[in-house]
Amino acid sequence: MVEYKLKTPIKEEDVRKLRVGDVIYITGLIYTARDQAHRRILEYVEKGQKLPVDLNGSVIFHVGPLMRKEDDNWIVVSAGPTTSTRMNLTTPKLLENFKVRIIIGKGGMSREVAEALKRFGAVYCHFTGGAGVLAAKNIRKVEGVEWLDLGMPEALWKLQVEDFGPLTVTIDSNGNSLYEEVGKKVKENLEKILQQIG
Amino acid sequence: MRISQKILEEVGVELLRRAAIILPKDVREALKSAYENEISATAKIELKNMLDNIESAEKLSKPICQDTGIVSFYIKAKEIPNFDELEEALRKATAEATKKVPLRPNAVHPITRKNPGTNVGEHIPNINWLPANIDHVEITAFIKGAGSENMSALGMVTPGLGVKGIKKFVLDTVVKAGAQPCPPIIVGVGVGGTVDLTFKLAKLALLRPIGSRNPEKEVADLEEELFKLINQTGIGAMGLGGKTTCLDVKIEYAHCHTASLPVGVNIQCWADRKATAKISPDGSVEYLG
Repeated sequence: MVEYKLKTPIKEEDVRKLRVGDVIYITGLIYTARDQAHRRILEYVEKGQKLPVDLNGSVIFHVGPLMRKEDDNWIVVSAGPTTSTRMNLTTPKLLENFKVRIIIGKGGMSREVAEALKRFGAVYCHFTGGAGVLAAKNIRKVEGVEWLDLGMPEALWKLQVEDFGPLTVTIDSNGNSLYEEVGKKVKENLEKILQQIG
Repeated sequence: MRISQKILEEVGVELLRRAAIILPKDVREALKSAYENEISATAKIELKNMLDNIESAEKLSKPICQDTGIVSFYIKAKEIPNFDELEEALRKATAEATKKVPLRPNAVHPITRKNPGTNVGEHIPNINWLPANIDHVEITAFIKGAGSENMSALGMVTPGLGVKGIKKFVLDTVVKAGAQPCPPIIVGVGVGGTVDLTFKLAKLALLRPIGSRNPEKEVADLEEELFKLINQTGIGAMGLGGKTTCLDVKIEYAHCHTASLPVGVNIQCWADRKATAKISPDGSVEYLG
């Protein structure tokens, strides 16, 4: 387990060296996106339209934040990750079209996504689900928001973060997935347990 | 016993604030001991983050998790206290708390997916009356996120499989859920009844504190056994592997048709958020725990 501090925009070589189990902290600009924002990004791609944000070297955070508006400024109240499996469908295409380098979420992603991460040079990192206040603490500023018409949780928020983490690398760019590793062990354990109960 | 609408509304808002921000003591202690007993370095980071998050949420008066869930209320009383007013008061309290705490506006129309932005809608907040032979009124607010609720399952187990069938269904459900419901989880199980009752019992089981056992020995033994077996799966904190997959298993049962054995599994994430208030006949309010 190695600890790294990374700054955005993230270079491919920065993520290629990361291995499952490593812990990283990110400083810079990150973008939130979940189901609806992913769909809209791909709609833009299909129509050949330019996105309002530059996703090259970017960090995408799977989160539907709880925000509050004070005067004219948005403030993050609580912003822990959402379940990433819902984005399994759209992520390979996203990685194919943009140089997204780090995805942050919880619950893991599919083999297909793991293959795309390997092919295009990106990693999936885990942040503790439910730890919304802890995550919000390291968000210094809301830089802006796009697509607010999708609703507060689904909009694309631009967040300035400082030492955002600890994030655990759970799928690296070599195709290794901690979820598959744990899943295999759990399956074996379950078989033993079922034998035990007769 | 009659309670003024104003008091009900105030209590409703305060309960939702407490539920969203302060994690009950039994859950904190269970997480603390999970952290102390954990060996895996990765799982230890997860449990430490949870404990730090709980502390920060209370200190900063912010919701523990951004998914402040769907709102349910449980009212224990000898008789329904002025029900029409009560429902109205708790709906108003939910909308008010959504603005004030704030809660994330999660409640949408299931077909159109339109979000009224208030967490109030058809049958939501989910208000339940629990008859009890007590002189006061007890109101519990229970907010539950989608990550864990989405992993719930109903099994119509073949009665011939007996207790083994119940165990297998619970274990399969937990393993299938894996990392997704934010473990360490708390498992509420309803056994028997008609299917609506099966799930109501699973929810009521979740309302019991961690470590409490069903008064019937056979049921309590099954709770203990499932608790141990689930922790042998190795799913661990946030599904990254480790010793603690669940903090407790709680079971409630109802008699059922001789040809049926319904089993309802309602999974609760580690952020088990609920708060209870006791309203005395003189109108005084006491927040419990």
